[in-house]
Amino acid sequence: MTAVLPTAPAGPRPAVPTGRLRLVLARLRAARGVLVGGAIVLLLFALAFLGPYLTPYDYAAPDYAAIRQPPSAAHWFGTNGIGQDVFAQTLRGLQKSLVIGLLVALLSTGLAGLVGACAGYFGGWTDRVLVFLVDLLLIFPSFLIIAIVSPKLRGAGWLAFVLLLALFNWMVTARVVRSMTLSLRDREFVRAARYMGVAPLRIVLRHILPNVSSFLIIDATLAVGGAVMSETALSYFGFGVRPPDVSLGTLLAAGTDQAPVFPWLFYFAAGLLVLFVLAVNLIGDGLRDALDPTSDRSGT
Amino acid sequence: MIRYLAKRLGYYAVLLVAAVFLAYALSSAALGPRTYFEAKQPRPSAASVDRQLTALNINDRTPVVERFATWSGGLLLRGDLGRTIHDTSVNEEFGRRIWVSLRLLLLGSLLGMVLGVAAGAFGAVRQYRFSDRALTVLSFVLLSMPVFLVALFLKNGAIAAKDAAGHEVVPFVGYETPGLTGGAGAHLADWGLHLLLPTLALALGGLATYSRYQRSTMLDVLGSDYLRTAEAKGLTRGRALLRHGLRTAIIPMSTMFAYSFLAILTGAAFTETIFAWHGMGEWFIQAINEQDVNSVVAVNLFAAVAVLAAGFLADALHAALDPRVRY
Repeated sequence: MTAVLPTAPAGPRPAVPTGRLRLVLARLRAARGVLVGGAIVLLLFALAFLGPYLTPYDYAAPDYAAIRQPPSAAHWFGTNGIGQDVFAQTLRGLQKSLVIGLLVALLSTGLAGLVGACAGYFGGWTDRVLVFLVDLLLIFPSFLIIAIVSPKLRGAGWLAFVLLLALFNWMVTARVVRSMTLSLRDREFVRAARYMGVAPLRIVLRHILPNVSSFLIIDATLAVGGAVMSETALSYFGFGVRPPDVSLGTLLAAGTDQAPVFPWLFYFAAGLLVLFVLAVNLIGDGLRDALDPTSDRSGT
Repeated sequence: MIRYLAKRLGYYAVLLVAAVFLAYALSSAALGPRTYFEAKQPRPSAASVDRQLTALNINDRTPVVERFATWSGGLLLRGDLGRTIHDTSVNEEFGRRIWVSLRLLLLGSLLGMVLGVAAGAFGAVRQYRFSDRALTVLSFVLLSMPVFLVALFLKNGAIAAKDAAGHEVVPFVGYETPGLTGGAGAHLADWGLHLLLPTLALALGGLATYSRYQRSTMLDVLGSDYLRTAEAKGLTRGRALLRHGLRTAIIPMSTMFAYSFLAILTGAAFTETIFAWHGMGEWFIQAINEQDVNSVVAVNLFAAVAVLAAGFLADALHAALDPRVRY
């Protein structure tokens, strides 16, 4: 489900002289993607957290006098089967999904950076054990594991779900960080620090991680989109956020069967979900072009 | 190369054993089959619940290592995956469902890969033209959609088409028409039609991922010296691209294949549930809700073997395509 994939081993790089103009153009294009994506994300956040003040309806309050009404001036996104305002519900779900996406991305990328850098820097048994652990966790689609464990967390609330998502979302990134660390380890400044007797963990934190930070930033951005997609999928099948709590996933699950007849119950949530992930991917892609000129995964 | 592959295979075997034990322990710890039996009406006595649980080898009062030993012993000696919570054979259920899932998995992943590589190569050759831009936009939108949403869109589209036409245009429920009469040809056509939407739902995700990677590796290759050399030798541009360009550009795809297979497995579970296919994915979701430990473990075993097989296939492909892999 993640949009983050390992860097493919680089093929032979052509020695094409890049003109200044072409470079500037490429940077501009990247910047445009970042700007457009960033604007959309900001707008969506504003909508999610300020939007509820625009509507008099509470997301949970049923209104049996207005059931399954199409969108109108009173109910902008219409109402659902028990007369709840879909606009208020969708904003509430969007809030939850955005917060989950951000938290999961931060946690999992942080963990990936730390584990990958430690494995690469210390080598030996540390490396072997960590790589084995990564491989082991990569054997199962994380969905399987999360679905098995999630019933146990039924009472623990959505933060536990965030931890669970983050816990099974860092392996591929950790691998890439590890291979980057291997090449950093023999660089002069790291050697100098080592011979000066700087503590190993401090070297990892102060010298290795800052040098893979641009990759981590890109990765974290893309991971937000991936996490939101995982959250909605898991919630859709009842393994994530659970009613009465609302996320985009639970809204989609509730609206699915009625989508052909009452499209507003489904397509507003679906549209916002795709729009958000699209915007995040635009930012990630643009950042990759701008921050990582040597990357062999250049986008447009 | 043979030595390298044998080494990989050994490593995968160790991983598989560890992973299966992990899945077994996790499923046993997280699921509560006891509550399933205790909720039965009329309520059975504690002794009878214990007896039933022990008979199925899912009694939480037996140490998990002991249960795992019993279960894996049965698997290794008799190929027996144990009993479901309804006291039927897991093997029978497994045998029934595996073909349903494999059909979808193989077709969906192959189609996604072939389409993706073709679209990416095409986009690279026609860089910045309209067709390239259109493909880029399409893959971007697809990348931003969870598979279950793509599947739902397709299903809703099929329902809308049915309502508009007054009869079913494309089937969107199940994998065959029940009670279909006719020869093998009619059955095959029926299968194909039922496969269309679920396979498409899976393949579109693959298409998006592969095409983006393929496009960027292909662009690197297009500017390379050896391609110019190949053309200088007198090959036409098209032949040079196919013989030299595509081969080099596909190498990184083999690594991608192993990773993307995880996503495809997950996507297949969702797709099956949405299109009411009685495959492994549907079984898994059902088994979790029924606290059916042995069935959950069986699906995990299937997933682990499938992922490792995909990984091994990727290794073999990589070794065959890239002469530098010789260690």
